[in-house]
Amino acid sequence: MSSITTREAPRGFSASEYMTCLTGIVWREGLRFLHQRERFVSALVRPLVWLFIFAAGFRQVLGISIIPPYETYILYEVFIAPGLMAMIQLFNGMQSSLSMVYDREMGNMRTLLVSPLPRGFLLFCKLLAGTAVSLLQVYAFLIIAWFWDITPPPIGYLTVLPALILSGLMLGSLGMLISSGIKQLENFAGVMNFVIFPMFFASSALYPLWRVQEGSPYLYYVCQANPFTHAVELIRFALYGQINWISLAVVGVCTIVFMTAAIYAYDPSRGLARRGPAGGEG
Amino acid sequence: MTSPAPIAEPRETPRPDPAAVPALSIDGVSHSYGPRRALIDVSFNVRPASFTALLGLNGAGKSTLFSLITRLFGIQTGRVGIFGHDISRSPGEALRLLGVVFQPRTLDLDLSLTQNLLYHAALHGISRREAAARSAELLARIGLADRAGSKVRDLSGGQMRRLEIARALLHRPRLLLLDEPTVGLDVKARADIISHVRQLVTEQGIGVLWATHLFDEIMPSDDLVVLHQGKVLAQGPMGRVIGEAGAQDVNTAFMRLTGAQVMPGGGA
Repeated sequence: MSSITTREAPRGFSASEYMTCLTGIVWREGLRFLHQRERFVSALVRPLVWLFIFAAGFRQVLGISIIPPYETYILYEVFIAPGLMAMIQLFNGMQSSLSMVYDREMGNMRTLLVSPLPRGFLLFCKLLAGTAVSLLQVYAFLIIAWFWDITPPPIGYLTVLPALILSGLMLGSLGMLISSGIKQLENFAGVMNFVIFPMFFASSALYPLWRVQEGSPYLYYVCQANPFTHAVELIRFALYGQINWISLAVVGVCTIVFMTAAIYAYDPSRGLARRGPAGGEG
Repeated sequence: MTSPAPIAEPRETPRPDPAAVPALSIDGVSHSYGPRRALIDVSFNVRPASFTALLGLNGAGKSTLFSLITRLFGIQTGRVGIFGHDISRSPGEALRLLGVVFQPRTLDLDLSLTQNLLYHAALHGISRREAAARSAELLARIGLADRAGSKVRDLSGGQMRRLEIARALLHRPRLLLLDEPTVGLDVKARADIISHVRQLVTEQGIGVLWATHLFDEIMPSDDLVVLHQGKVLAQGPMGRVIGEAGAQDVNTAFMRLTGAQVMPGGGA
């Protein structure tokens, strides 16, 4: 059929169209989050339980020596606060991936993907939107933690922001990558067991790594190789106005790798296409 | 001069020869899920400002075809063009001209009608002010202007469908795909939606591809594509398809073509 001749007169998209699309996606994700109050509450309760109960019980067991970025002896609560901030983002990243699986089943993902803008850009917007939601949660946590004597220097609240954006993007990309491989909603319990818990416990979120090394050198190497450890350390240093360059490099590289892989997995000619229809076929 | 001069089509189309560029062209498209072949060498066109019914039973491959046209799946074999834009090679230009109503509901239930429309407009890069104006206009046209601020959850099935059609029109596409849009609706809501979409064809010159398995939704003036087990069995104006099948009506024609048992009541 000669009628299908590609006309080489693409109009392309202007910067303002890209911007409209980005703000639209972030706005919608924010609205959805505000409508799901239970999600907000549980996102806050989870780290607070760790802070109020776990940390209170553990502070006598675990002595913390002075390690950077801290300049004095600190309470255990103070030590685990950055780990809990990263935990909020870890859960949020995985929950966004859950919502993508849900969206795919419900068809909302289709609405997103028939947008004429480049698919990689759409997915990037989705990641930014998820990260923005995680920032709301983290700052809400920081406000409550302040009353619990977790008082980083005031400038820390600002310097931690870029670190949180980067770590949020990394964990969101990881979630998106995982979501591309999940067929059904029920498989999310597996994500909890095989991704969230190992990542959280085999990291520097709850105990300093030199402590881990004393106990088990092998676990120490696992923790060192865990990108989540570096997300925690990046946040920990940034909260005190410092930069942990190694963690920054690891988190940066992981973000690029995970995001590229996720966008690749959602490419119509690969990934999803191979797997056939999600849900009913007519 | 006694012989009639060639009559120019009164349609508004920026392209010099509108008849030469189909709204949608499917050319030799095949698709497999592993060993299962869902579409086998499917070819047909949808003309601008026409209503084309894609008729097939469940499992005929209609949804797969829709997923390919909307670029949800990559095209394995063949080509799909929207007003001449190849969906694989210039998806942005092709998708810009396309509006879709998917079979499953794809609205955000907890968001208001307007919020749903604004989100969709943003996905097409339409500025906020323009989007608000178009949303208000479309909501008025589908008779839901007074519900603009309510949650979509509170709408009836037929109202949700009307909203989805309005949403699909927000970026002013020239081709509209609808995948079994009347499934699960009552008689009144079904009739409303069918007449609304037919109006879009006649008044706005939109090309429509309407997938269905309900024969009573088709009119004699429509183009028909009969899809069965992944193959196109017949296509063309409804009268011709019925005639070629040696039948009197669509039901019999469909039955003869596919060898299927047709349920009483006009459905397959």
